[in-house]
Amino acid sequence: MILTEHKPLSEIIEKLEGEKKIFILGCGGCPEGADTGGVVALNNMKNELEKEGKIVTGIMSIDFLCQKALIRSRIKTVLKKIEDSDSILVISCGIGVQASTEVLNKICHPALNTKTFGGITGMWQGTERCDACGNCVLEYTGGICPYTACPKKLLNGGCAGQSNGKCETDPERDCGWELIYKRLKKLGQLDRLYKFILPRDYNEMLPSAKLRKSKLWALDEEVV
Amino acid sequence: MIAETINNKNEKLIKVESNLKDALETGKFTVTCEIGPPKGAEDEEIRRAAEILKGLVDAVNVTDLQSSVMRLGSLATCHILKEMGIDPIYQITCRDRNRLALQSDLLSAYVLGIRNVLALTGDFTNVGDHPQAKPVFDLDSVQLLWAIKRLEQGYDIAGKKLTVKPSFFKGAVVNPSADTEAAFELQLIKMKKKIDQGAQFFQTQAIFDADLFAKFMERVSKMDVDVPILAGIILLKSEKMANYMNKFVPGVYVPEPLIKKMERTEDKVYTCLEIAAELINKVKPICAGVHIQALGWERYVPTLLKNLNLG
Repeated sequence: MILTEHKPLSEIIEKLEGEKKIFILGCGGCPEGADTGGVVALNNMKNELEKEGKIVTGIMSIDFLCQKALIRSRIKTVLKKIEDSDSILVISCGIGVQASTEVLNKICHPALNTKTFGGITGMWQGTERCDACGNCVLEYTGGICPYTACPKKLLNGGCAGQSNGKCETDPERDCGWELIYKRLKKLGQLDRLYKFILPRDYNEMLPSAKLRKSKLWALDEEVV
Repeated sequence: MIAETINNKNEKLIKVESNLKDALETGKFTVTCEIGPPKGAEDEEIRRAAEILKGLVDAVNVTDLQSSVMRLGSLATCHILKEMGIDPIYQITCRDRNRLALQSDLLSAYVLGIRNVLALTGDFTNVGDHPQAKPVFDLDSVQLLWAIKRLEQGYDIAGKKLTVKPSFFKGAVVNPSADTEAAFELQLIKMKKKIDQGAQFFQTQAIFDADLFAKFMERVSKMDVDVPILAGIILLKSEKMANYMNKFVPGVYVPEPLIKKMERTEDKVYTCLEIAAELINKVKPICAGVHIQALGWERYVPTLLKNLNLG
């Protein structure tokens, strides 16, 4: 199970600045288990956003937002509401935010910080899309993670080492910032690239002892 | 969490004593050159190159483990140049040091009298001779400029007060020849972010195509920024070197006609200087100066500059 923590509400509100109509999308998988998601969390978030004067165009919980096919099949009934929204607030791990942005073609704001991949992961059984960095910035980069897409983990734009859209570290590898630029252009959100992003807080990458001991550990000890 | 802003009202910055800054401020066509420290515990080679450049150029860059190859350090070499009466430009990359070491080295540079700093991200570790090394990249080049600005305001990244604050003339790099739309636009956006975080001058990656550079400058002129730009000029020593750079040096591209020209010539030095002079004369009207990367051919820089008649 991927473990997540709530971003402070003040941070979420700050990042929603200038956006009035928000759709809230939640993952019913890992976040529900981690007590950061599920229907209760969706309703709580709806109330908080409305208190801040936002219009919540709709809420929906999908089991396993990391799975694009599941998003596509479930989202049909609310597509109109999503199209009508300025942005989407996603209550899931970083992988879910990335899948949502790609499928929905809207800026998706992460409501959670992903802390660790301890235990059984969700439907997407891989960590190549999320670094569990604990300071998710996916709305600035169009749902493509600069930590996992760029070997230098650059936060404020690509380096001069790319060549024909490929990375200096590996000619087979796409330049992560090339992908970020193309995605933000497609979303009509290139202005986001001008935002100066502060150095990441590596302390957030050290999960507490409690978080490091996932359910798998408990199971291990029980059986043995 | 990192405090984003620091109240710095009534904080006067100390005047920076920089030959480079003075040269750029007078509006004269400024020339910088570059020295790459040797792979060994010796300073003979540096001193020899420095003697040639002394009094000839406005400032001299010292590269920071260029191409991710382990060698003598940039800070020590800058100190030697300073002692020899040359204004050094301290290149500092984010590849090998975390934020503690970067800030500490900046303070060290300041107490050694070094005033020009060029902030770079740095090549990735696996392009160099220690591909097994841990790549650091704790900060990126924009964040490094932001960090320098904070030091100048009297605080470190963590917001702790410094007893004495340094003051630098801060530079950054931009690649005018990025080869995709995304990469080109990202270079311009990042350039703007670097200026916002305090970059006062730019040295470009090596250019070989004056028309391409003109297009880049045209775009910069629309950005409504006022920062001097020095065009990067590499002395092309041979067709072999050109092919090598095209294959292995990130961000550098030598066009085919120039490679052919070097292939055909009987006098490599003459043709090399001819290519460089032609390029410099073409870009001269549209930029603040040039940054010449002689890559071991420092001895020909005096001839090149004499031929240019920069006045």
